[in-house]
Amino acid sequence: MPTDTHTAPSHAAPSPAGTRPPAGQRTRRRGRVPRNPLPALVLGLFVLFFVLPVLWLLLAATKTDDQLVNANPLSFGSFHALRANWDALTSYQGDAILLWLRNSALYSFLALVITLAVAVPAGYALAMTEFRGRRTLLIATLVVMLMPNATLVVPLFLEINAVHLIGSMWSIILPYAFYPFGVYLTYIYFTTALPRELMEAARLDGCSEFGAFRRVALPLAAPVVALVGFFSFVANWTNYYLPYVLLPESGQFPVQVGLGTLLDDVPQFNPTVGSLAVQRPELALATLLAITPVLIVFLFSQRFLVAGMLAGATKS
Amino acid sequence: MSGAATSDQARAARSTRRAPWPGRAGHGFVAAYLVLLIAFGVVPTGYAIYFAFTNADGRLSGLSNFATAARDFRYLPAVGHVALYLLFWLAALVVFVVALALLLHRLAGQGISRALRFLYYIPGALAGAASVMVWLFLLDPSVSPAGFLLRALGFDTFGQVIAPGHLPVLFTLIAFWTGAGGWIVVMYGALNNIPHDLIEAARIDGAGAWQTARRIQIPLLRKWIVYMVILAFAGGTQLFVEPQLLSQASVGVAGRDYSLNQLSYDFAFQNNDVNSAAAISVELLLIGLIVAALFVARSGFFDAD
Repeated sequence: MPTDTHTAPSHAAPSPAGTRPPAGQRTRRRGRVPRNPLPALVLGLFVLFFVLPVLWLLLAATKTDDQLVNANPLSFGSFHALRANWDALTSYQGDAILLWLRNSALYSFLALVITLAVAVPAGYALAMTEFRGRRTLLIATLVVMLMPNATLVVPLFLEINAVHLIGSMWSIILPYAFYPFGVYLTYIYFTTALPRELMEAARLDGCSEFGAFRRVALPLAAPVVALVGFFSFVANWTNYYLPYVLLPESGQFPVQVGLGTLLDDVPQFNPTVGSLAVQRPELALATLLAITPVLIVFLFSQRFLVAGMLAGATKS
Repeated sequence: MSGAATSDQARAARSTRRAPWPGRAGHGFVAAYLVLLIAFGVVPTGYAIYFAFTNADGRLSGLSNFATAARDFRYLPAVGHVALYLLFWLAALVVFVVALALLLHRLAGQGISRALRFLYYIPGALAGAASVMVWLFLLDPSVSPAGFLLRALGFDTFGQVIAPGHLPVLFTLIAFWTGAGGWIVVMYGALNNIPHDLIEAARIDGAGAWQTARRIQIPLLRKWIVYMVILAFAGGTQLFVEPQLLSQASVGVAGRDYSLNQLSYDFAFQNNDVNSAAAISVELLLIGLIVAALFVARSGFFDAD
């Protein structure tokens, strides 16, 4: 039985071990048959499609508006121009960009903490315990998860308005923290990756329900916690519609909504702009700042996820 | 052996679950989630329905809000826009995500495969307003790194690129650029879950890569493809930020009142007609539910329960 326990998670989690053998085969075959170049070509073209715009964005922030139009699109401008863009951007409405970034961080982080605290036990309970209303709750979770949540933004505005929370940061943090997709991910993970025998053994050994969750299920749940945490953070950081509707003041905007404000003051996109004008490279820099935290979190999560998978695989 | 094996395991797990697990602690584990579900799922849904079927004085008004919304000159075009966009978006997603995941899965080098998945995923960090900002630049021939491509297609100005007829394709591009990488990671994970013995058996029986993909991998991925389609459909009907920002960037020329969500927003906050706004919300909600129910019922996606 202990073998069962360890092999199961490694099967469920995408593990490199599963793909190593065919890799060996392919190498052997490659010696005989010339490789079809089409797959590599397709994969390479999509690399260009996905990466080139990001690369361009990185470089655009280092240019002047004139260089943006006239220089090679994939050339580096200068640190001087980057500095000038930074100064111009941060002076926009007195450090507004930094305030927006801080808001985004605050909202996403608090929502993330609440999401994990709420979703992981809920997903566990749906997968591993039996209680009245379990099936109803599971179906409700799927339904709400599939429901286009933006359609509830206007009604949510009315609800929050009725309880006089408009303008409070909790008016978006709490809706962010409600994350049925996270519950569903956890539920799927526990049903497929956590053998029931293990939980029964824990109970036989005298673990309470909560003890079994905390000592057995939770330590095995690291990959799904990372996954839910990551998806929740990205979803909240990048959400535009909800804060756009619920937060009335510029000082409360997350950076996503702030980008829209900046866009309105770019003369090439809105010729009616007066002296407030934001240059295009400044907008590019602001966009870059807006995505950096998500990129960093992704790098971090990717390592964590891979580590989780490898741990599962090597134990077997 | 193993597609069946996993579902056998699941079935076995299910049959043992009910009996020897008397725990009532489940309620404690789900209590907090239940509170959020009610506060931010059930109550706003109830609110939407309430507002959709009452008038400004709070009296029942039957379907008159739906009629008001449907008679609006922007309504039918918005429905058409969203439908067309969904068509392009879902087709692109299914074809390319599955194909790319299969190609990545066949790659010999684990490191290369992982690096590519990461590269494809990167634009996911730009979801929302950031992706629209980037694409506003990319679609402007004067600054775009793909300007030569745009000019080769006969577009010399930003205005020509964002002509109304192009918008479904452009929004598909943006959505695919930001969203596909995540789904590729999911599909790749699902491919890894297909037991190796099964693929090996197919190979011994003489199946090539294409045969293996078509007869074994894609059928076993079906559940995940359906899942992707449901979520992408739900997401697609919500179309808001792309047309909204595009309309800002083109001073209202392109993308204004393009999607149903924009229309709902304008009803609520420009026309002060919350009831018609709620009617549109309820319609979107209903479409999402019907499609989800159909998929769930027909795909066996809910086998786990």
